[in-house]
Amino acid sequence: MNIVVCVKQVPDTAAQVVVENGQVTWGDAPLVINPWDEFAVEAALQLAKEHGGSVTVLTMGDESAKEAIKHALAMGCKQAVRIEGPADADTLVTAQVLAAAIQKIGDVDLVTFGRQAIDGDNGVTPAMVGRFLGWPVFSLSATIPEIADGVVTVQRATEEGRQVVEGKLPAIFSFGKDIGEPRYPSFMGIRKASRAKVPVWTLDDLGLSALLPAVSWPEVMNPPKREITTEIIEGDSPADIAEKLADKIMAEKVL
Amino acid sequence: MSEKIWVYVDQFKGEALPASWEAVHAARALAENLGGGVTALVFGQGVESLAQTAIHYGADEILLADDSTLADYRGEAYAATLAKLASEGKPQAILFPTTTRGRELAAMTAADLKVGVMPDVTALEVQDGRIVATRPVYAGKLLAKVVSRTDPQIFTLRVRAFGKPALDESRTGTVTSVEAVLSEEEIPTRVVNYLQSEGGVSLTDASVIVSGGRGTSNNPSLTPPPDITDEKEQEIWRAQQGFKLIGELADTLGGAVGASRAAVDAGYIPYSHQVGQTGKVVSPDLYIACGISGAIQHLAGMRTSKVIVAINKDPEAPIFKVARFGVVGDLYDIVPALNEAMKKRLGK
Repeated sequence: MNIVVCVKQVPDTAAQVVVENGQVTWGDAPLVINPWDEFAVEAALQLAKEHGGSVTVLTMGDESAKEAIKHALAMGCKQAVRIEGPADADTLVTAQVLAAAIQKIGDVDLVTFGRQAIDGDNGVTPAMVGRFLGWPVFSLSATIPEIADGVVTVQRATEEGRQVVEGKLPAIFSFGKDIGEPRYPSFMGIRKASRAKVPVWTLDDLGLSALLPAVSWPEVMNPPKREITTEIIEGDSPADIAEKLADKIMAEKVL
Repeated sequence: MSEKIWVYVDQFKGEALPASWEAVHAARALAENLGGGVTALVFGQGVESLAQTAIHYGADEILLADDSTLADYRGEAYAATLAKLASEGKPQAILFPTTTRGRELAAMTAADLKVGVMPDVTALEVQDGRIVATRPVYAGKLLAKVVSRTDPQIFTLRVRAFGKPALDESRTGTVTSVEAVLSEEEIPTRVVNYLQSEGGVSLTDASVIVSGGRGTSNNPSLTPPPDITDEKEQEIWRAQQGFKLIGELADTLGGAVGASRAAVDAGYIPYSHQVGQTGKVVSPDLYIACGISGAIQHLAGMRTSKVIVAINKDPEAPIFKVARFGVVGDLYDIVPALNEAMKKRLGK
C-alpha cells in the first residue's frame, strides 16, 4: 500500500507570534512540524504496518521546511519529497500543487493530513486536494481507518458524535487528536532522517504553470489589546469569597 | 454575477445547527449593504420545514434540495449539487457556518469552482463592492484581513461571532426545489451509522464554559479507593473528583466543561473537552478557569471570552492577566462554594 502523508512546517505552539513593522514574526521560536500532522504521520505508519507498504512524506515549502520532513522521517516514514512552491500560495494553490504531486508519486492508495495547520488555521486543504483528485474525503477521522478488500471504514468526528462512513480507496483522510498520541522519533530514526536526501520538485516538474492565489492577506494585525483590570476577590472564607464572586458575575449580566 | 448572498444551512437529522442562523444573519447584513437578496441553501431529506425557518430568520429565497441521496451529509454529494447551483446562479458570496460539515463543504465547493475559500472568519465588511473578512490566524495570536479576487467569495463564519437574528414569522419568501446532482451509485461513500457523543452542551456553542487544568489533581486530602494502587491512576482519580465539581458548576450555569491541554494529556478528561490552540477555540460569554495556569496555547483558545474568571492557587499564574475576576485559592474550596452561591441566585 502506497501512503502519502502531507506535512507543513510552522512556528512552535509556544511562540509569541506578533506583527512588527507590518511583518509577522515569532522571534527565535523554533519551527516544528505542524502538531496536527504528527497524528497524520502516526495514522499513516500504523496503516503501513498493518497492510504493508511504505509512507512518503510530502511537503510544499522552501528549504526551511526540512525540520518538518526530518521529524516525519524520524518517526518512521520511508522517504520524502519537497515541492518548491510559490511563497504566496493560498489553500487553492497549495491543494492543486499537492494533488499534482500525489499524481506524480503515482499509485497512491491513501493520503493522510493533519486536520489543519496551526499558522493559517484554514483546515480546508485536505478536502480541496480530494476534489482535485476526484477521491473521497474523510475529514476529521477519529479512528485509524479499517481497510478490507479496498473498502475503508472510519469514524468521523462531528458536533453530534461520530459518523461511521465507508468508501473506496484511493481516499483522503484528515486526523485530529482522537486517534491517540503520536509516537516519538526513535534515536535510530533521527540518525536516519538526518542523512536522508530529499528530492525537490518544482512546479515545472509537476507540469504546472504559475498558479495565481485567489485569497490574499492585505493586512495582518495584532489583536486589539484588552483593557482589563483584574479584580481579585478576597474574603474570610471560601463561602464568603464565593458570595462576592457570584454577585460580581451576576452584575456582568452574562447569564 | 448577481448581487445575491447565498448561505448554507447546516443541519443534522432535520435540525439546523444554531450557527446556521447566525450565518443567515450575517448574509442579511451583507445583502442590505450590497443591495441584493439572501438565498439560503437547504439540503437533506424531509427538511422542508427548515426552508420556512430560514425565511423567518431573514432569507428571501430558498434553494431546497430534498432527496434521499442527501439524507446523510456526504461532502461529495452535497458539493456536487452546491457547485452546480453556484455556477448557474453566480452569487456574489456563499457563507457557511464553521461547523465540521460547513468547513468541509465550503472547501469542496471552492475547489470545484476553482475559487478561494476564507474559513472561520469573525467579521465581514464591504469595501469598494468587495467583501473583506477578518479572520484569526495563529490561533488568534494575530488577526488577518483577507479578500478573494475570485467569485463567488466563499467564507465560513466562526460560531458565535455574528449573533443570532430574531425570528420573524411574518416574513415570506419563495422556495424553489432543486435536484440533487449525483445518483446514489455515483456517490463514493456510504454512512453506516452514527455514534452519539456522551451529550451535554457542545463547547463551541456554549455561552458558559467552566474549565479545569492540572490543578484538579492537586488535592492531597483526597484518598483514592484502595483498589487503585498505581500512582498515575491515583492522580487521574483525584483529577476526576475535581472535574466532578467543575461539572456540577457547569450544570448550574447551563454551560459546558472545558479543559487545558495539560489536563487532557495527563488523561484526566477526553480530548473533546480541550480548549486551546490544538483543541477548540471558544468565545463564551463567561469562562471560568479552575486550576489552569494559562499557557499561551490555552489563552489563544479562550482569550476572546466576554468575562473570564480565574481560580488558581498561584497568584503569579498568567491566567490572571486575562481575567476580569480572580480568586487566589484552591479550586476544591472555591468551586463548590461558588456552585452553591450561583444556585441560590439562579433559583436552582
